Amino acid sequence: MSTIRQEYLRHDKKFPHVWCPGCGNGIVLGAMLRAIHRLELAKDEIVLVSGIGCSGRMPVYVDFNTLHTTHGRALTFATGIKLARPALTVLAVMGDGDATAIGGNHFIHAARRNLNFTAIIINNQIYGMTGGQYSPTTPYGARAATAKHGHIEHAFSIAELAVTAGASFVARGTVYHAAQLDTLIEKAISRTGFSVVEIMSNCHVQFGRRNKMADPVTMLKWFRDRAVRTQDAVDLHPDSLSDKFTIGVLADVEKPSYIAEYEKIRIRAKKKK
Amino acid sequence: MKNRPEIRRRLIQGNEAIVEGALAAGCRFFAGYPITPASEIGELMATRLPEVDGTFIQMEDEIAGMGAVVGASLAGVKSLTATSGPGFSLIQENLGFACIAEVPCVVVNVMRGGPSTGLPTCPAQGDVLQARWGTHGDHPIIVLAVSSVIDSFNITVIAFNLSEKYRVPVIILSDETVAHTRESVVLPPAGSIAVVDRIIPTVPPEWYHPYEGNSRGVPAMAPFGSGYRHHVTGLVHDRHGYPTQQPEEVDAFTRRLHRKISNGFHDIHIVRRLHLEDAEVAVIAYGSVGRTAQRAVAMARNKGIKAGLIQLITLFPFPKEAVVNVLRQCRAVLVPEMNMGQISREVRRVSPGDTKIHKLNRVDGLPIDPDQLFKELQLL
Ligand code: SF4
Repeated sequence: MSTIRQEYLRHDKKFPHVWCPGCGNGIVLGAMLRAIHRLELAKDEIVLVSGIGCSGRMPVYVDFNTLHTTHGRALTFATGIKLARPALTVLAVMGDGDATAIGGNHFIHAARRNLNFTAIIINNQIYGMTGGQYSPTTPYGARAATAKHGHIEHAFSIAELAVTAGASFVARGTVYHAAQLDTLIEKAISRTGFSVVEIMSNCHVQFGRRNKMADPVTMLKWFRDRAVRTQDAVDLHPDSLSDKFTIGVLADVEKPSYIAEYEKIRIRAKKKK
Repeated sequence: MKNRPEIRRRLIQGNEAIVEGALAAGCRFFAGYPITPASEIGELMATRLPEVDGTFIQMEDEIAGMGAVVGASLAGVKSLTATSGPGFSLIQENLGFACIAEVPCVVVNVMRGGPSTGLPTCPAQGDVLQARWGTHGDHPIIVLAVSSVIDSFNITVIAFNLSEKYRVPVIILSDETVAHTRESVVLPPAGSIAVVDRIIPTVPPEWYHPYEGNSRGVPAMAPFGSGYRHHVTGLVHDRHGYPTQQPEEVDAFTRRLHRKISNGFHDIHIVRRLHLEDAEVAVIAYGSVGRTAQRAVAMARNKGIKAGLIQLITLFPFPKEAVVNVLRQCRAVLVPEMNMGQISREVRRVSPGDTKIHKLNRVDGLPIDPDQLFKELQLL
């Protein structure tokens, strides 16, 4: 890790970072850097885009072309970058509220459109940076700053939403299953269409504290006990999966990407002229 | 590409002229969402951009359109979006991002009556102050108004050039009358148009400070993927681009944003003067009303009234000096607008003395016509 740290973190950035000690965001960042390292991508070729929230601060620490956008809009900026410079590897990192509440519309349309870039969604089931209000993925019955009496809404499954909306590669992992996470992100980046990796991550400070899991280890164990590998889930009765979630690859399909299709438009348009 | 004839006489509407102006200025990216009366801009961009190796994308809403425009510009491509009132409200958040991160781009607002869905197919000028103050926070912006089809071409070129030169979003205000009027125009030959491009860094990447202004206060801009890896954020940032809350850095940053525009005043302030040499009364107008006013002033001159016109192309930063000169010279001015008086407020604000400032406000969804304006002029 030390070489990766030296190679990819910014020397001129004034650390320390803004994250709480033990936050899952650090594990996600590590996994992402290891995946990029394995893929041997040049730092100049990578653009890391984020929205707003704890996850939104990730770009500032890493030595790529980095962009910290507005809340919920990371995918829209990423779309412009990718279309303007298709050769760049574009990654958008978002939180659950970022990607599926305010950015929900952009998320489903990015999946449908199939532009060639990767969305990494850090799902900590809460709004961390703003103080623990419930998000679209806060579990039914859980407590939050805006759900003191227990949450009465039902959660989105981000990865399954992405599959339904048409993303060509979709995976889910957790910060407990860190080794698998490297592989999932690596696969996501190497695919040509729109890829989504949902990562269950601990916010022990804002989510855990309100839900009897005030330390990172308890939360990691919670992920361990609830995660079922996709291949194992096939043999299980749906009832036994009710309070669980699957991890692994959920979709991996080939379909024409936007960049390739648009190139055909250019050829047609020039012929017609 | 087939050779186009050098002289390009075309029968086109204002919206089409905006597209041609944008392409002539080097625009190669459009992202937006259809809305009346701006839709033709996107439609024509969808056809024209792929012919010149550019890219068009219709996004899921205006918010996304503006986000994509900022992204494409950061990657080094001149970018445009076009919308109307309701969409203009939606783009404001990402437009503010472009302001703070100093991302050049052009936004066309073909104004319609409002608020809300308002009068989708009627001309209005209700978004003038929104164009200036629609985002949150305190920052300068450039707002230009078009009054005819040929204006739509020329001013779009100017908008891109100012945007690149000052690294600031430029808003073009059009209205339904200009957007949908067809006129025969002669577009200048491609090679004859002066095109300004943003300054790119020439120092080695390790020396590059992405937010260090030059003598004009405008930092050199390295596109993503050009070997200058840097951070861009909507947070107030230091010269490295990293977020800062240090009072002296925040202060210096905010003042530089304002200074780079105020330093460029003489470059940015564009007005047209008509018969002002000996004018005793004057019209101050912009947009399609500016053109109506040209006619009304001619009618007044025929009747022996010493009338003049100052037509504002630049609305913001407000061309104070030019307007003040007219106020000093004339005993009365008339500010006709298709709103309840958004620019007349600015005229009042800069007025140094007791020149009478009259308003003519038409808000019934119909354009101001020359007869109506002429009648008012006679009363001054
Ligand atoms: S608030 Fe939660 S998500 Fe944010 S840094 Fe702290 S632990 Fe991590």
